[in-house]
Amino acid sequence: MRNIFRSRLFWIALIGSIVALLLPLKVSGYILGLLTVAYYFGVFSMAWDLLFGFAGEVNFGPTFLIGLGAYTAGILNGYGVPVYPCIAAGAVMAVIGGVVLALPALRLRGPYFGLTTLVAVLIMMNLIVVFAGFTGGEIGLTVPDVLSVDTDTNYYIALIFMIVSGIILYALSRSPVGLILQASGQDPIEAGALGFNVTKHKLTAFVISAFFSGLAGALLVFYMGTASVGTLVSISVGVQVIIAAVLGGRRTIIGAAIGAIFLIAAGEALRPFGELSTFIVSAIALIVILVVPSGLLGILIRGEEHA
Amino acid sequence: MTRLSVAGLVKRYGGLVAVNGVSFELNGGEILGLIGPNGSGKSTVMKLIMGIERPTAGSVNLDGIEMANWPSHRVARQGVGIVFQHSRPLHRQTVLENIKLALLPDSLLKLIADPHVDRRAREIAASVGLSHVIDRRPGTLPFADLRRMELAKAIARDPRVVLVDEPFAGLTPAEVATFSELIRGFRNDGRAVLLVDHNVKSVAALVDRVLAMYLGERIAEGSADEVMRNETVRRVYLGGSIETAARPESTFEDADTPLLQVDKVSVLYGKAQALQGVDIHVHEGEFVSVVGLNGAGKTTLFNAISGLVPHSGAIRWRGSALQGKTPASIARGGIVQVPEGRELFPDMTVRENLDLGGNHLQAKEAATQLDWLFDLFPILKSRQTQIARTLSGGEQQMLTIARALMMKPKLLILDEPTLGLAPVILEQLSKALEKLRQTTPITVLLGEQNVTFALPHADRVYVLEHARIVWQGPPDRFAAEAGTGYL
Repeated sequence: MRNIFRSRLFWIALIGSIVALLLPLKVSGYILGLLTVAYYFGVFSMAWDLLFGFAGEVNFGPTFLIGLGAYTAGILNGYGVPVYPCIAAGAVMAVIGGVVLALPALRLRGPYFGLTTLVAVLIMMNLIVVFAGFTGGEIGLTVPDVLSVDTDTNYYIALIFMIVSGIILYALSRSPVGLILQASGQDPIEAGALGFNVTKHKLTAFVISAFFSGLAGALLVFYMGTASVGTLVSISVGVQVIIAAVLGGRRTIIGAAIGAIFLIAAGEALRPFGELSTFIVSAIALIVILVVPSGLLGILIRGEEHA
Repeated sequence: MTRLSVAGLVKRYGGLVAVNGVSFELNGGEILGLIGPNGSGKSTVMKLIMGIERPTAGSVNLDGIEMANWPSHRVARQGVGIVFQHSRPLHRQTVLENIKLALLPDSLLKLIADPHVDRRAREIAASVGLSHVIDRRPGTLPFADLRRMELAKAIARDPRVVLVDEPFAGLTPAEVATFSELIRGFRNDGRAVLLVDHNVKSVAALVDRVLAMYLGERIAEGSADEVMRNETVRRVYLGGSIETAARPESTFEDADTPLLQVDKVSVLYGKAQALQGVDIHVHEGEFVSVVGLNGAGKTTLFNAISGLVPHSGAIRWRGSALQGKTPASIARGGIVQVPEGRELFPDMTVRENLDLGGNHLQAKEAATQLDWLFDLFPILKSRQTQIARTLSGGEQQMLTIARALMMKPKLLILDEPTLGLAPVILEQLSKALEKLRQTTPITVLLGEQNVTFALPHADRVYVLEHARIVWQGPPDRFAAEAGTGYL
């Protein structure tokens, strides 16, 4: 505990959080709106990093879990269920879906786990289109309720949700359970020989990742008031979640949130470049991944790990 | 009292029987050495006990509790620990945290470690001599300290049975002495210890009893001395009486500048010394065998010659240095290596694999070469349209050699061609090599741990042991002069 005040990561997170809490005093509602979305994406990426950075499993379909949470919440709301039960149901559904997917998939070795998760997203996209009566299909689902009509309130809900999720996920990653998880990811045979049930730990990681993804997905639906394949489920959304986590710094949890905010902020800052902006953001991401594999957070806390 | 009792253990991988009815008993406070050459099934036995692999049949019993078919985490909790030869420690955590990991319970609710874990981890680190590096990361440690850390992790589980895989591989003599003391410590604590290694010699000073395996079966059991005197063991390791047909070195014409000259070559893999000051030479048309156990450095030596690993020292080909040349240009210069893993194109036919080997030849030249090869390996002719993956192990090995010969090498390097092959196949392969030697002027450098296979064709033999050449001479003097070191 006493070490925490000497950790650069702690101060970066603390100062970042204070700045974010004070932002509504300074910046426009438009920017707050962008950041609100960025914070939810931050949670998606952190949840993904728990699975990739610690359990060593590449989930190519983070949007399967996000979509389950978002669509469950949105559809239930359409039947008159109040907002907060809908959000809870979204998180629960993502966990159930996650277990159903992970139980068979975790038995596979190598790249097949990742491929299974990718196929899950494709199936989900198809189902959303096929059952357009429930889901709004390609046009999208409009939900009757929203979290709040006030921009500042929405901003604070997203920010505090991200901070709390970040603290929980980070603490988990640094706990004994996180240590076992890393061992299971790096050398499952040795972890097993040390008496750890590797499948159990990986499944738990998947469940936790699913819970936060589903919860964030459900909250995002009630922020935006709509859910559509293009904004929540498509492969390109999933790729953005993954790039954010890798860009921010894998195995750091906090870095994933930084990466997500960076991607959305950079996309906005480069808007004057029009079509080129996506290209520039992608190029920056590629350069960071190639040159600094430890990511943006890796640059900030460099040197500390070897001290 | 019998602690671990293994009975009738069988493991089949498809058609291959890796372990065939192995039984033994192990008492608390006893060290048993499980030895056998590469492919004898000893490592599989270890994995079957630990639950890393599931046995096809048989029983593994610990203090009266049947553990066969249990997953490894249950076996571990029942009281079996393993010290892996190669492990991947947590590189972002310190040595202390790596040891703490082994002390944690398999619980999802342990979010804060018990206070005694830290104290216990420090005690264990001190007992294996890691105190001074306890806050360093594994990546910064010398090789021997990494091995100590693996021992520490095994101790942390407080196992009743400890399995140790190649306890001394890659260690210096001084380190071997320290590690022997640590392993004796296991015995003094009343634990049952199973040491898995290649030969009796390396574990003789430590073990109470030795069980020797060959081709999945037990061939001898007893004290280290008894096993070393055992006829079957001697035949397996030393090849019994072998007819050799060596040509004296003076008969080769290039006595001054040998075709290949390896001069004081050393290779480091990270912190492990894989080759140390190795000198060998091969004359044009000569058949030279490099004999050594698994891990002695044979593959490293060949990879250095082929330009696949960086090395110090000089390697000269026809008198000019190979240093700085790419593997591709070395291969074009006439040095063709047949790697240990065979590395065929598994989904292509026999013919397609051969055609790829002869890709650079003119069509007519390739046809001639192919005819000659089919004459050398008749079986391949009848199997031309078969998919390479579906060939037997021996046929695959012949195809690999044939493919290499399609490249018309000046020097053919064969790395452990007998790996995992049944005795009857060995004989076919042996005949093909003999024919190759007698009908062509080809130069061959063969790496083998199977002496029976390596000696009959050889003109000269080198013995590679722990990264060094320890003996060289004609094959008929091998058993008398180098044999004891090889058991």
